[in-house]
Amino acid sequence: MTTTALKGQTVAPNLMGFTLPVTAAFGAFFGLLAGQATGAGALLGIIVGAAAGAIIAYVLVTMLPYKTGRLTAIAAIGVLGLLIGGMIGLIVGVLSGAALGWCAYWVHTGRYRASMPPYATAGQVLWHNTFKFICGAILFFLIAPIVTIIPLSFNAENFFTFTPEMLSLDPAGFSLKHYRDFFTNDDWLRPLKNSVIIAPFATIISVSLGTLAAIGLSQSHVPFRRAIMAILISPMIVPLIISATGMFFFYSQMGLFMENTFGMSKSLSGYIKVILAHAALGIPFVIITVTATLVGFDHSLTRAAANMGATPTVTFFRVQMPLILPGVISGALFAFITSFDEVVVVLFVGAAAQKTLPWQMFTGLREQISPTILAVATILVIVSILLLTTVELLRRRSERLRGLSPT
Amino acid sequence: MKLTTTLMASTAMVMAGTSAFADAHMASEMTIVSWGGAYSASQKAAYHDPYSEANGVTIVNDESSAEAVAKLRAMSEAGNVTWDVVDVVAADAIRLCDEGLALEIDFDTQLANGDDGSTASEDFGDLLVSDCFIPQIVYSTTAGYRTDLVGDTPPTSICAMFDLEAYPGMRSLEKRPINNMEWALLCDGVAKADVYDVLETEAGQSQAFAKLDTIKDNVVWWSAGADTPQLLADGEVIMGTTYNGRLFALIEEQNQPVGMLWDAQVFDLDGWIIPTGLSPEREARALDYVKFATDTQRLADQAMYISYGPARASSAPLVGQHATLGIDMAQHMPTDPENAKNTFLYNYEWWADYRDDLDAKFQAWLSQ
Repeated sequence: MTTTALKGQTVAPNLMGFTLPVTAAFGAFFGLLAGQATGAGALLGIIVGAAAGAIIAYVLVTMLPYKTGRLTAIAAIGVLGLLIGGMIGLIVGVLSGAALGWCAYWVHTGRYRASMPPYATAGQVLWHNTFKFICGAILFFLIAPIVTIIPLSFNAENFFTFTPEMLSLDPAGFSLKHYRDFFTNDDWLRPLKNSVIIAPFATIISVSLGTLAAIGLSQSHVPFRRAIMAILISPMIVPLIISATGMFFFYSQMGLFMENTFGMSKSLSGYIKVILAHAALGIPFVIITVTATLVGFDHSLTRAAANMGATPTVTFFRVQMPLILPGVISGALFAFITSFDEVVVVLFVGAAAQKTLPWQMFTGLREQISPTILAVATILVIVSILLLTTVELLRRRSERLRGLSPT
Repeated sequence: MKLTTTLMASTAMVMAGTSAFADAHMASEMTIVSWGGAYSASQKAAYHDPYSEANGVTIVNDESSAEAVAKLRAMSEAGNVTWDVVDVVAADAIRLCDEGLALEIDFDTQLANGDDGSTASEDFGDLLVSDCFIPQIVYSTTAGYRTDLVGDTPPTSICAMFDLEAYPGMRSLEKRPINNMEWALLCDGVAKADVYDVLETEAGQSQAFAKLDTIKDNVVWWSAGADTPQLLADGEVIMGTTYNGRLFALIEEQNQPVGMLWDAQVFDLDGWIIPTGLSPEREARALDYVKFATDTQRLADQAMYISYGPARASSAPLVGQHATLGIDMAQHMPTDPENAKNTFLYNYEWWADYRDDLDAKFQAWLSQ
């Protein structure tokens, strides 16, 4: 048995008393999941997993050097998985083999306490690692449901089901037909068009009004600032279904007025209604983000600009706007996503001609559980990721240009 | 060249002029509300497309039938009814008619006569359950089972749903008392004719709940028609109830290993209502549309796309083959004699009186 030369680590962990049980417990956890997934039963899974963990810990620690050991664990569990579950078993086996091998070394070399000061007690180290594990689990449970839908959207069948062909990674089990359906079916293209029309207009309105409101409310001489702020933010706080009911009656009257007085077509007035309703929902997000950025804004700059003879409008566009732009952009992004994802208000305010993507997904789920919904969801997830990445990159670039360090 | 253009342009103008004239008293755009999915698709193919082609009307489809009653109430209160024709089940139509939200129809003058010469009211017969409701299809709520998961003796009776010994596994039932209470009593030895009499009593209701209790732990409750097909395809349940058209699509179009259990299927009706409070042009257009969409041939055409029975007696002989699969549709209709050997008659009036009370009891029982 080799003694590790880590700083502050004088005693090598006890194999039988520490490394073995910990790895076995880790293995039992994997076994539990695998047992449930294969239908072999939780208890059997736990036993097999614990045994595998214990064997790996013992063999790796006593007989093999690090690299060979890791590879052996991967190969051994991988083959075991292949025998039990075929192709998908191999993948799961390789992953759990890698995890078990890592765990055995991680525990036995004492690396688990590498990030802690040497004087930390066993209890503190345990809590530190439990805490990291809980954080990891939270991230996992946040992301796992979203990740599950991505392979399902390539289903060759018309159901939300992992078919046996999919599980054995047979190409016949996968298809792009739901994506084809999305891009060719008028039932999906019209809502897509509507969403793409409604969201940008709603965003433009909420950004313009929201930014102005935030600037006004950040002036100390405005009376009743807090009350006005509370009213403006209320669409975010009031339950959506209540705003939606109110909006339904309000915008019905407004729609009739627009049609009768200005002679607008039903479809045009319908779009205006939904855009205004979504703008009202987006404004609070803009106000909050812009207000937050204005806290760091130095008001002597506007006075300096005025001193140099700039009109308030010029000051706003040339001095204040560039400095608060990151807040405005992230507010715009929130407003856009609010409108793009919104289903309750549009169900009330919109007519069928203004059906948006979330609305179509909602009725699709209720009436016909079709994986096209998953294909749309996958596309939306990818678009959201790209959008957020772009905004983040732009923000960093502008901060670099202004000599600020990215935060 | 110039002459040709002028001629063509003037011809077009004249034609546009005449068609505009002919329809001057009718709206040129209408919103039709329906259930979505394969059902809306069948209506589009059988009714909407031929109608818009013949009359140059733009038809917008709104898939809101599930909340039609609530939405129509709200629209009428707001004085802004945006729907022209609404597809609802008979029970909803009765409610809407009672509340004055649906237009009363004079069937014999406002609807087409049957192809066999019968008047509309003779042709629809008993299916005219309300003065506002123009029946369109007969559908049934019935059960389907996974042929590969029920063992060697596939179920032949609805009571298999309550037989956990012979058919262990999960089943799916609709999350409402309607149908489930009746089936529970039937399988607890109550005669078909006595079901509603027994269900009227406190003891009868307890009897039905007691029967449902025996399988409660093995039931997945569904609320959307698409749920049971998904659960059956997943193998998550071994049998479950849903609308017969959903099971047809699952079996014939998706080729899933599922069998139909027509026993004690419960017939229900689906059809059109026209909301009250439309402008005269829109109302004229809506009436013109339903007259077209509920004639003998159109109702028979719909059966080419979905396995729901046409509501007119005169349509039945015209039911042909499925539009894409080319299989005979008659044998898949809930009304086919072979399938309708044992049917259960849903009692609208009884449920109109007891629905609220039993809904509350059912929800309370569910949450116990």
